[in-house]
Amino acid sequence: MTDFNKIKETLVSLDVQHLIELVNEALKKGTSAVDILNDGLIAGMDIVGEKMENEDMFIPEVLMAAQAMSQCVEILKPLLGDEGSSTKGNVIIGTVKGDLHDIGKNLVSMMMESAGMEVYNLGVDIAPEDFVSQIREKNAQIVCLSALLTTTMPMMKLTVDAIVEAGLRDQVKILVGGAPVTQEFADEIGADGFAADAGSASKLAKKLAA
Amino acid sequence: MFEVIGERINTSRKLVQAAVADRNADYIIDDVKKQQDAGANFIDVNAGARIGHEKEDMCWLLDTIQPIATVPLTLDSPDPTILEMAFLMVEKTPMINSISLEKDRFDTMMPFLEGKECKVIALCMDDSGMPISSDDIANRATALVESLNKIGIPTASIYIDPLVQPISTDVNKGTMVLNAVRAIKNSFPQVHITGGLSNISYGLPQRKMINRTFVTLMMDAGMDSAIIDPLDSKIMATIRTVDMLLGKDSFCMEYLKGVRSGMIQS
Repeated sequence: MTDFNKIKETLVSLDVQHLIELVNEALKKGTSAVDILNDGLIAGMDIVGEKMENEDMFIPEVLMAAQAMSQCVEILKPLLGDEGSSTKGNVIIGTVKGDLHDIGKNLVSMMMESAGMEVYNLGVDIAPEDFVSQIREKNAQIVCLSALLTTTMPMMKLTVDAIVEAGLRDQVKILVGGAPVTQEFADEIGADGFAADAGSASKLAKKLAA
Repeated sequence: MFEVIGERINTSRKLVQAAVADRNADYIIDDVKKQQDAGANFIDVNAGARIGHEKEDMCWLLDTIQPIATVPLTLDSPDPTILEMAFLMVEKTPMINSISLEKDRFDTMMPFLEGKECKVIALCMDDSGMPISSDDIANRATALVESLNKIGIPTASIYIDPLVQPISTDVNKGTMVLNAVRAIKNSFPQVHITGGLSNISYGLPQRKMINRTFVTLMMDAGMDSAIIDPLDSKIMATIRTVDMLLGKDSFCMEYLKGVRSGMIQS
């Protein structure tokens, strides 16, 4: 019987070599790749996200954990088959038009991927109409908007408005974030949620997609 | 000597926003005086956060600050119409924050700056986003200096912001900006180097420790200005001490003055 707690703990302690050994051992014992992914790696990244939220872990450690996880996912990939592709939600993420900041958004994107969601990272300087067309094309359930400037925050509202006008508002949950953004602002522009860091953003997205 | 641009009068800070909304002049005056006493060489004024109120907020802030300002102001807005108004309201030659190579920003700021006597902060940002290498930063700085020279702004009035990026996401971000600053100062000895410092420590604990150590390295590379909170006495003490160590403090007078006033303590 595979000890998923051990996989989780090893991921959280960033011992990459040992983690890879544990994943290989688990496969040898006949544990399914899907179970290793969900109950070991994704569950471990949930802990990483929580620790990030509580400032027990910091960005370089989170990056290292994500890298360790993706190395393990490479091992599991050939064995996942169709079962593995049933994701926990399609997410569109991008920085709004006029804003070129990408670091925070990329962290959020990485955490959501690690949480098992299918993330389409559109990049920076994304116009409202491009968010709209991507929601349609990717059949997204979650849209994440990032803005790091007080001057580009109004573009978040315009993007939400464009999603409403396109008749897609009921299909998607909209999350907003970025240094100047607050819960109050999120409420004001009619978004569904706000998160202050990548760990809580990922947790919130999972909750809203469920 | 190092020039500190005091960053506190910014409506994206909660207490400042409340003071501006309530037209609480005492709060603003008190804050500006504190920054000046702490050694600020410029006071940055940013009224951008109350969307739709920038013009009247900037006007009120300048009316409030101007009578008690003993140092020049840094007019901080992306909107040339607001800058035009602000420019007419200030007494001392102001600093403008800022121009960049982003097409919209560049095209609106160049006509504003042409023929004006002012200092200007020039961000190494273009439409492709943040710079990705030392050469990238240095090339953008060159483009900015050459463009500004063409419209009559002397190199010594230009403050290049090389855009400090978080070391937490890539451990090479420190050396990247340090090497860029050396290259820029090599090409343009007269140009100033400024910018925010706190981005370097984003995503890490004990940020002020990182910021203070980083400013020491940046000053050695050629940074001679920064946009910071002058009420952070530890970073101010570090800056003054580094100025001395780099031979910019004749007879160590400013250092000793700082020690006697209690500003510098080990």
